[in-house]
Amino acid sequence: MPLSVEIRRVTKRFSDVAAVNEVSLDIRRGELFALLGPSGCGKTTLLRMVGGLETPSAGTIHIEGIDVTEVPPHLRPAHMVFQQYALFPHLTVADNVAFGLRYKNGGRAGWSTKVKEALDLVRLAGMEKRLPHQLSGGQRQRVALARALVLEPKVLLLDEPLAALDPQLREEVQVELKHLQRTLGISFLFVTHDREEALGMSDRVAVMRHGRVEQVGTPAEIFERPATRFTAEFLGATSFFTAEVASLVDGVATLRLPAGLDLQVPRPDASLRPGDRIDFVVRPEKLRVRVERPAEAEMAVVPVTVEESIYQGMGTTWIVRGPAGERFVAWEQNAASVLDEPSALRPGGAAFLCWHPRHTVVLGGGGDA
Amino acid sequence: MRRRGTWLLLLPTWLVLGMFFLVPLVLTLVLSLRQRGVYGGVAPIPDLGAYVTSGSFLGNYARSFAGIYAGIGWRSLWMAVLTTALTLAIGYPVAYALALRAPRRWKDLLLGLVVVPFWTSFLIRTYAWMFLLRTEGLVNRLLLGTGAVDRPLEILYTELAVMIGLVYGELPFMILPLYASLEKLDRTLLEAAADLGAGRVSSFWRVTVPLTAPGIAAGIVLVFIPSLGQFVVSDLLGGARSMLLGNLIQNQFAVARNQPFGAALAFELMAAVLLLLLAYAFYMKRKGEEVLL
Amino acid sequence: MNGPVSAGRWSRRVLAVHTAFIYLFLWVPIGVLAVFSFNTGRQTAVWRGFTLDWYHRLLANEALLAAVRNSLLVAALTTLLATVIGTLAALALRRPETPGRGGTLALLLLPMVIPEVVLGAALLTLFGALGLRLSLTTVVIAHVVFSVSYVTLVVRARLAGLDPALEEAARDLGAGPFETFRRVTLPLIFPGVAASALLVFTLSIDDYVVTSFVAGVGSTTLPLHVYSMLRVGVTPEVNAVSTLLLAGTIVLIVAAQRLMRVSSSEGDRT
Repeated sequence: MPLSVEIRRVTKRFSDVAAVNEVSLDIRRGELFALLGPSGCGKTTLLRMVGGLETPSAGTIHIEGIDVTEVPPHLRPAHMVFQQYALFPHLTVADNVAFGLRYKNGGRAGWSTKVKEALDLVRLAGMEKRLPHQLSGGQRQRVALARALVLEPKVLLLDEPLAALDPQLREEVQVELKHLQRTLGISFLFVTHDREEALGMSDRVAVMRHGRVEQVGTPAEIFERPATRFTAEFLGATSFFTAEVASLVDGVATLRLPAGLDLQVPRPDASLRPGDRIDFVVRPEKLRVRVERPAEAEMAVVPVTVEESIYQGMGTTWIVRGPAGERFVAWEQNAASVLDEPSALRPGGAAFLCWHPRHTVVLGGGGDA
Repeated sequence: MRRRGTWLLLLPTWLVLGMFFLVPLVLTLVLSLRQRGVYGGVAPIPDLGAYVTSGSFLGNYARSFAGIYAGIGWRSLWMAVLTTALTLAIGYPVAYALALRAPRRWKDLLLGLVVVPFWTSFLIRTYAWMFLLRTEGLVNRLLLGTGAVDRPLEILYTELAVMIGLVYGELPFMILPLYASLEKLDRTLLEAAADLGAGRVSSFWRVTVPLTAPGIAAGIVLVFIPSLGQFVVSDLLGGARSMLLGNLIQNQFAVARNQPFGAALAFELMAAVLLLLLAYAFYMKRKGEEVLL
Repeated sequence: MNGPVSAGRWSRRVLAVHTAFIYLFLWVPIGVLAVFSFNTGRQTAVWRGFTLDWYHRLLANEALLAAVRNSLLVAALTTLLATVIGTLAALALRRPETPGRGGTLALLLLPMVIPEVVLGAALLTLFGALGLRLSLTTVVIAHVVFSVSYVTLVVRARLAGLDPALEEAARDLGAGPFETFRRVTLPLIFPGVAASALLVFTLSIDDYVVTSFVAGVGSTTLPLHVYSMLRVGVTPEVNAVSTLLLAGTIVLIVAAQRLMRVSSSEGDRT
């Protein structure tokens, strides 16, 4: 499949700090792609470089196969929806949407039709004469979308598209944006710091940290198989284990925990060697805390002490301590009402932390988070 | 993107302020080092070496620190300090009431009533007091009418009149910066102080005043500088005896025709002002505040 | 007024009374001055009945009218020059990488804080050294010198409230630098530019101190003329001139404040 955006070893330095450091990414045609990371990770700078609002210090950017690294913003087939929308406060909705048409080839002839089509697309027909401050937050966002889309970009760039909206509106707008993207068939590249947003909206996600890409994958891939400790933590996993690879037989690795417990893990990382010291993570919802040692032989089990339970309605979070004092967090859905079936676990009491070995995720480098 | 041309936008400013501000200041400095000619103007210097080594070039400055001129200098300084102190004492409560007590819908009007005098001609505002204070003026008419005095008071052409005129003229310049900093004051801090047991007086001195210190500093600078150099108020409301530094400078240029001496006085005035400004800038920098001027 | 920090009733009253008194202090002298410009009597401390005589006399006073014409001409020219120069500077100073930015900011600060007597004396020295005859030209030059800083100050404040994303959006949508300025930046900062123009007009038309140094024969401005009238003594004509000047200033300042407020509240809403 041809690529919509190709980012090759792009670096952006502000004075001496590399905000974006040797990033390479491919965004396919018709893809909803998220750049996810904490503030200051370089995701917005990367987006602005694709839009042409910043020039890379090194590296190249291609859009639809054409090198646009030095091309000014408006000559790229990529347009931007700004975080606070940046609607011109002195212009009406229609004039805002028509703003860029003036600089496109072709006369004024088609303007009004194009503006009307764009406003229809975002369901703002009839609002042409309003000024930005007379609109609700959601409407403003749709004007910003129409203003960019009327120029028929091949890539739409969105900077934190949901951040300026009321929380109640966000879910609705997520669905709308996804729908819009499917209708248009162009690619959307958006920036977010919110993992729910990235998981719920995108086809693929790039997790960024300190100006570098930590991992690229589908939402399920980055969620279930984080490659690094940072990605795992950013997506809410907090139980990390250290182990030694005891043996490798027929694609099954035996991992030995410091407490002397052995653990059989299928599908190990191909690079593992016996004797390696490795880190692995298990997501909280995959962990169980039990008073009795579970009967199933294949379950991984670590004896722990219960430190705290946090009742959260839909589920309960258990904070437990391992044999060497390590802190693990498990989350269990409250499938039955705790009023009917109170837990036998008590803070300070002994328990067993267990999980199915296939939920063991061995982490690669960059695990110094 | 468009970086190369920006200095061109500054060119007119540099030309105007360089040619008509910096150059004149340098010329004035040079002038202040010379002596008056016999018929006004500037005396030629026959021997530059001797002129410098004999210290004659500082003659004007030396003269300004002696005799009646020193007295005028000190009185100007004292009047400026007094004006600043009085406007601060009178203005702070007004700014406080305006920022923290005034009902919201009156605020704009009340603020406007301070802003308008801020921009209004100093001349006319001074004239208003000439009109009120003169012997047959309204103040005396009221005092006589109520029987408070049996002979009209001689207020106009005294130092008291100058003081009234200065405080009246400068008060808006004190209230506005104070208002700006009081308006920014986070009210929950006052609630926190009360919650922690501070009484009204104590929370005023321990929370409000320190937090509005930048506004106080700005107000002091804005009032002190013009008071120190002014000459309209003392000329119109003061008598012959209330000559201040500003009048003295103006006199040297307009009447006495001793421009070198006037230039030296102007430079001393400017040095005093710049010292105060430097102190202010350092203070604001240490506080991490934006310089309000 | 509300909340746990509400001041005691007594201290609140003292504060209110003090504030009311200060407002009277600020406005009564000006008010009395204006009222007595309509007084029939020449002995101006007693009210003898309403008249517009003094205003009529002003209209017949050729010297005064000439001064008014001079002042209006000077103020108009000063406003035009200072507003353009100051706005250009404000635009350049917005970019942190502009060469000489720090020095220019300091240079702009000085004319605002330096005592007017010093500025007047220095300019007189310059014009003397250049052999320039004192005229309305020298007055305009002096006024531009002390006005440019105010323009830059007001326009910079307006620019600071301008979201840079708006100009980026314009560029992203295809507008070049000049188009972005004409269609986005200028319309959005215009209230600030207009407000600063009104302020400069006020400063120029009211200035006495600096003008008194640099105005020559035949370039008497209104404040200079009023001053010479004042030195002679208190007359109802002076009251009338003062009232007119005062009214003019109030109109200009209220208009400027309106413009600045409109612009800032627009900024809030978007």
